[in-house]
Amino acid sequence: MEWETVIGLEVHVQLATQSKIFSGSSTTFGASPNTQASLVDLAMPGTLPVPNEQAFRYAIMFGLSTNAEICKRSVFERKNYFYPDLPKGYQTTQLAEPIVNGGYLDITLENGKQKRIRIHHAHLEEDAGKSLHDDYQGMSGIDLNRAGTPLIEIVSEPDMRNAEEAIAFARSLHSIVTSIGICDGRMAQGSMRFDVNISVRPKGQEELGTRTETKNLNSFRFMDKCIEQEVERQINEIELGNKIAQETRLYDGDTHTAKSMRSKEEANDYRYFPCPDLLPVMIDDDYIEDLRQNLPELPEARKTRYEQDFGLSSYDAEILSSDRKMAAYFEATHTVSKDAKLSANWIMGELSARLNTDDISVEESKVPAEQLGKLILRIIDTTLSSKTGKIAFDHLWNGANDVDEVIEKEGLKPTDSSDLEAMVDSIIEANPKQVDNYRSAEPDKRKKMVGFFVGQVMKASKGKANPQQLNSILQNKLDSE
Amino acid sequence: MHTLTIAEISQKLRAKEFSSREITQHYLSRIKSLDPSLNAFITVTEDQALAQADLADQQLAKGSTQILCGVPIAHKDIFCTEGTLTTCGSKMLSNFTPPYNATVVENYINAGAVTLGKTNMDEFAMGSSNETSFFGQVKNPWATDCVPGGSSGGSAAAVAARLAPGATATDTGGSIRQPASLCGITGIKPTYGRVSRWGMIAFASSLDQAGTMTKTAEDSAIMLNAMASYDSKDSTCVDHELCDYTATLNDSIEGLKIGVPKEYFSEGLDPGTQAAVEDAIKIYESLGAKIVSVSLPHSHLAVPTYYVIAPAECSANLSRFDGVRYGHRCDNPKNLEDLYMRSRGEGFGEEVKRRILVGAYALSAGYYDAYYSKAQKVRRLIKDDFVQVFKDVDVILGPTSPSPAFKFGAKSDDPVAMYLEDIYTIATNLAGLPGLSIPCGLVDKKPVGLQLIGNYFAEAKLLNVAHQFQLSTDFHTLNPINE
Repeated sequence: MEWETVIGLEVHVQLATQSKIFSGSSTTFGASPNTQASLVDLAMPGTLPVPNEQAFRYAIMFGLSTNAEICKRSVFERKNYFYPDLPKGYQTTQLAEPIVNGGYLDITLENGKQKRIRIHHAHLEEDAGKSLHDDYQGMSGIDLNRAGTPLIEIVSEPDMRNAEEAIAFARSLHSIVTSIGICDGRMAQGSMRFDVNISVRPKGQEELGTRTETKNLNSFRFMDKCIEQEVERQINEIELGNKIAQETRLYDGDTHTAKSMRSKEEANDYRYFPCPDLLPVMIDDDYIEDLRQNLPELPEARKTRYEQDFGLSSYDAEILSSDRKMAAYFEATHTVSKDAKLSANWIMGELSARLNTDDISVEESKVPAEQLGKLILRIIDTTLSSKTGKIAFDHLWNGANDVDEVIEKEGLKPTDSSDLEAMVDSIIEANPKQVDNYRSAEPDKRKKMVGFFVGQVMKASKGKANPQQLNSILQNKLDSE
Repeated sequence: MHTLTIAEISQKLRAKEFSSREITQHYLSRIKSLDPSLNAFITVTEDQALAQADLADQQLAKGSTQILCGVPIAHKDIFCTEGTLTTCGSKMLSNFTPPYNATVVENYINAGAVTLGKTNMDEFAMGSSNETSFFGQVKNPWATDCVPGGSSGGSAAAVAARLAPGATATDTGGSIRQPASLCGITGIKPTYGRVSRWGMIAFASSLDQAGTMTKTAEDSAIMLNAMASYDSKDSTCVDHELCDYTATLNDSIEGLKIGVPKEYFSEGLDPGTQAAVEDAIKIYESLGAKIVSVSLPHSHLAVPTYYVIAPAECSANLSRFDGVRYGHRCDNPKNLEDLYMRSRGEGFGEEVKRRILVGAYALSAGYYDAYYSKAQKVRRLIKDDFVQVFKDVDVILGPTSPSPAFKFGAKSDDPVAMYLEDIYTIATNLAGLPGLSIPCGLVDKKPVGLQLIGNYFAEAKLLNVAHQFQLSTDFHTLNPINE
């Protein structure tokens, strides 16, 4: 039988606010346990929440970026359950009246086709703390630094049909939230976390199959693996004549396996009700309009601009526009170099390779965009070849400050023409056989054979020969017998 | 000294007739001799009180203009006090010392008041007789075999027995007005949002409001001046203009329109109480007020509505008491579930458990619409009743409590009978309106309270109307203690 997969995503996005959603504590990642937990975060008796306006601003910006309705009235509710990393015994979240309603994203698939994925809603809520089960013999530790960090939970409609679509949607969300600056996008630190709802049904069947929810995915790779495994598991179960149990599963990023966490029967009755400590939040049109006017450029618009204004290919434009910081680096490089294609090549080539090797982000690049732009200028004015350009880049990466200083200090200036002629003469003299071969060849084959001599001279000049100059000298000397 | 009002103490401190240390010492001695038989205090902060008094004396010497400077008061043990045990009347918090002050406490510190100690109360403010306190019953100073009312029974008994000239209290369904009525003192619950709830341990967040207990309306005005504030730490606090509640106390009430709801004089009202309230109405008429009969048609729904909403909110508010971070923790928990079940099972008393269960039930899947959702709709109807009536009258008048103080144990086995104690007070909490209770007579040598309900933020009007009554009566001066 042919099966169809149905996927919906719930995405938790940590908002990049300075302070928590209901207290003044800092949200900085990585501090010592419980050093960023205030009286409110500890749920001391008598403490009360005060909403952080910035969290609302960010949630509204998200809604404006996804063609959604911004709700004029939204209400926080209490979701009741007991867990040690949930200090109040309830999570303050939104249910019946979320801040963002509806919306959609158009994703581009590998075959170039576009697909619309609808968003059901996005709501504001607080994150829980963390339970540390490993470090304390026989006991668990509780770190409440994360408790109260603002999140938006984005709930998609079940519009995705395979892992590729799910990942394209997830990437697109990542690109948007980082582009508009509401999330730092650091997935390894949990800044974006995905819960995947998966079901399968016989192809052509209208009715949805029983779904499972797998939690705790914080990379696109895990999402891919998880979907593949879960779809396979479900199809196997059904083909064996078993029923799929509606359950919540937990993904383990170390073993790449998911385990059942709780069944539907074991699910909590969360007893949601409107939080009486927080009044409904009313948002007026002017407030929304102001945010709309000041919304940073969205990745989609930026991509179109790169294609139209800079003449970049769709592929280059996609890569450079999807990440706000990458785009900023590209544009700063381009401002200096005035050459979009070369800038794109250098960024996607040499720079990206270095960033990967050193495992750092583009904002931490050891070569500032201005210097890369200047380096490209030196290539354009033929002071540098692509080879000496790489040498110069290497020096800049390793601490040098200025590309012109590097050229001077490292003697990267192109070899001048008299030196070059001498070099060509000695290469011709040293390789009589190759010279004979060249001269006896048909003219249309000579073009290919000249490469050998170019290589030899380049080697001798340590890459400093100007390629055009070298070519004309070589051709002159070889062709003149 | 202890028969003086706050206004008089303040004046005499300034006139150097006695020092803050002397009056503080006097109250501390009185607490020492009388409180063992009343149990109004859970904690007496003697050292701190004397230190605060000395500081106040320095301020007074420098000519402090703060009217409460050097005046000793007591706080209900529901307000967090930095460094001082704060129990909320519960075993759950019998070991809890907060690291911060409630805004109310901070406001009184800033006003220069001296804190004598923390007063007894029904556990987590759930009760109308002070019988649910983990720290034992409080005795009514008028009849020690009777309850003082609740939940602010400790504050009420302390003020009535002249162990403190004034005390803070809280009112979720009548917890200031009913004990004020049963103990023969003046108690005011301000408009919801007038006083910050920061640091006030929550029972039912949408209903809880702090207020004061004093001998007189004038003293309540003085205390409320210091207590009321806008506080950005409480999102439900209202940024409403502050006023001097003492400024209008002496305004004439000639022509004042007083609404008397017919629903407040129905079955269940003690005849003696009814007679005392009717006498009070005559006094108001003699003062030139106009009495108008009004109707609050949804009054009979107030108690059932309250007993859905308040437990629902408390079921979530009390979840934080889980034995993990503070408060009572069971010995040798076997696992997480055992820790939760035994810590909460041991830490909470019967009434608290009953309300958590009722609340969790009312919110649970399949019952939410029938209970919680419907209760919210009825709450709106109850509020609209008042809004309608306040189009025609300035204040509403009625009994505070259906009968005077009852004997210990009389209602403790019958929750519904106990809940009906608040039949006349609960609706104002549901509507968020201010209300006060003043003594208006004695039945069998036990006080009867008169309730006045005002429009939103009309505390000054209420205190004015109460003060005018007290200028022509002397119920508020009666001292239950045979000196």
